[in-house]
Amino acid sequence: MKQFLVFVKKEFYHVFRDRKTLLMLFGLPIVQIMLFGFALTNEVKNSKIVVVDYAKDVSSQKIIHKIESSNNFEVEKALLGYNEIEAAFKEGKIKLALVFPSNFNKDLMHLNKSQVQIIADASDPNTGNTLTNYVTSIIMDYQKELMTNANVPYAISPEIRMMYNPELKGAPNFVPGVMALVLMLICVMMTSVSIVKEKEKGTMEILLVSPFKPFLVIISKAVPYLMISWVNVCIILLLAVFALGMPIKGSIFLLFAESTLLIITALSLGLLISTQTESQQTAMLVSLMGMMLPTMLFAGFMFPIENMPVPLQVVSNAVPAKWYYIIVKSIMVKGLGFSAIWKETLILMGMTMFFLLISFKKFKIRLA
Amino acid sequence: MSAVSLKNIRKTYNDGKLVAVEDVSLSVEKGELFGIIGPDGAGKTSLFRILTTLLLPNGGSATVDGYDVIEDYKSIRNCVGYMPGKFSLYQDLTVEENLNFFATLFNTSIEENYDLIKEIYVQIAPFKDRRAGKLSGGMKQKLALCCALIHKPTVLFLDEPTTGVDSVSRKEFWEMLRRLKEQNITILVSTPYMDEAVLCDRIALIQSGKILSIDTPKKITEQYPGKLYSIRSANTHQLLGDLHSYDNTKSCFAFGESLHYTFKSEGPEETRALQNHLTVLRHEEVVINEIVPTIEDCFIHLMSNES
Repeated sequence: MKQFLVFVKKEFYHVFRDRKTLLMLFGLPIVQIMLFGFALTNEVKNSKIVVVDYAKDVSSQKIIHKIESSNNFEVEKALLGYNEIEAAFKEGKIKLALVFPSNFNKDLMHLNKSQVQIIADASDPNTGNTLTNYVTSIIMDYQKELMTNANVPYAISPEIRMMYNPELKGAPNFVPGVMALVLMLICVMMTSVSIVKEKEKGTMEILLVSPFKPFLVIISKAVPYLMISWVNVCIILLLAVFALGMPIKGSIFLLFAESTLLIITALSLGLLISTQTESQQTAMLVSLMGMMLPTMLFAGFMFPIENMPVPLQVVSNAVPAKWYYIIVKSIMVKGLGFSAIWKETLILMGMTMFFLLISFKKFKIRLA
Repeated sequence: MSAVSLKNIRKTYNDGKLVAVEDVSLSVEKGELFGIIGPDGAGKTSLFRILTTLLLPNGGSATVDGYDVIEDYKSIRNCVGYMPGKFSLYQDLTVEENLNFFATLFNTSIEENYDLIKEIYVQIAPFKDRRAGKLSGGMKQKLALCCALIHKPTVLFLDEPTTGVDSVSRKEFWEMLRRLKEQNITILVSTPYMDEAVLCDRIALIQSGKILSIDTPKKITEQYPGKLYSIRSANTHQLLGDLHSYDNTKSCFAFGESLHYTFKSEGPEETRALQNHLTVLRHEEVVINEIVPTIEDCFIHLMSNES
């Protein structure tokens, strides 16, 4: 036990005496969260739109008021002809135009239906789509209000509900993703590099020719990174809650338990890489290419997996981050309990066992 | 029972294409300072790694302290001390942290065996808070030796401990080894420096994985056949060329500022004949002396016999 502790202490010395490692360990999660939270967001904020109101009646004013009070738009009111609208789009001044026909309210009241034109700049399809959705949902909202007030029967309104994320915020999506990415990167890369470093520097030779059991070498390598990863989970969650205003709906304890599971999965994967590589550079490259890309692509937080071709969907099942992403989303965003995620948990456990089994089998108690 | 014994040990790499150690048999007695002398690539490190259970031999058997290197590798790892050729301590840990780490790793403490390392440790103690990576070559070796000794091993394996160390530190290092021998620790040391061979109790000369000779350094030099001469002149380079083309030359090697020379057939007549020959070739300040062969001369002789 004393041997084990002194070994763990030694690992901590390695980490805390290497500024680059330290920067990477604690800088990475902060940078990632800030980057995804503020720069790389797919939320659309403060888009300039123009409202062309030929009606100028109660209904159109109310809708405009609603749009103005939303965070997403900067409304400019002008009476433009059709050609002028197009010119404004071409200049790139505006992203969307909303046109109320002259007898908007009258039609709505008498015919129970009325039309409004939404013209969006779809050169960026995502933005166009998002903005259209925002505006549509605001109009629908108004229509609903109107119906309850006037008690008009047989009027049917399509119901759009943005489940779990009614404000269409980006944070619920990427915070679990960043957690998966950071944990995978740090744990896989750090363990594999630190074990291979012992091989490369020749210290593994001395460690092997000692009474210390080889598998304890591995365990004591993993412990410091497990602890550091816990700190990272805390940092990410604190940032998510206090900087991005994203609440944790489910149990924090469960979230930590599941994160620990992913950390162990990643550590065992790092171990597996270390048994197969001989130099720090190779280990680093394999971890980066083998972890970062698949995690980004297949975890599901950047590109929805449902949109991928079937073969890629199958491939995504092999990425641990995908399952962790589902778990974290369920706990953090949907507030679900263990009963909802036992299947994903089991899959992660299975993966961990698999990685550990192979690494222990491949771990060399000799040099060659 | 001998401390270390090897029987027909064989080690190959690349599926047998590269033979590193071929049929090596030797035994080292308890408390002996045994040197394995040979140039780079002779198979010294492979041999050490087999004995320290880091590599499996392809053939033969070996025991260290009575334990088999394959079957009882765990027992061997408990009782031997090993200092690899490359400096293999943690460069980002201080001198004291390194020593403490290895002491604990071997289930002991610095205090427990301090008397064993005391003489060596006092020399590096002033730098105990310095990181190992910032030490000089000689200091590093002393620290590595301390770390290998801290658990009072029965057999100590030192793989090229003096390579890359200045001559003063080398001398000091060998003095330390002699003192360790008095503590009844069996020491196996490998070195490419032939001049260090005389400091061992017994040596094995090794070349291309084969043992050329095993004996005390004295006996090995005594077994040198014939007489060895040292020849000097003002122009060593020219001299070497001329001697190589001389009929009665058996061997001729540059050895520092002089040449070590053997005749095919020797006698006072031949020596005089050579002296005359060189004078005719206008060599100045020619001095021919009979000398006592060194280990290196013996090594070169044995090596040329082999091939």
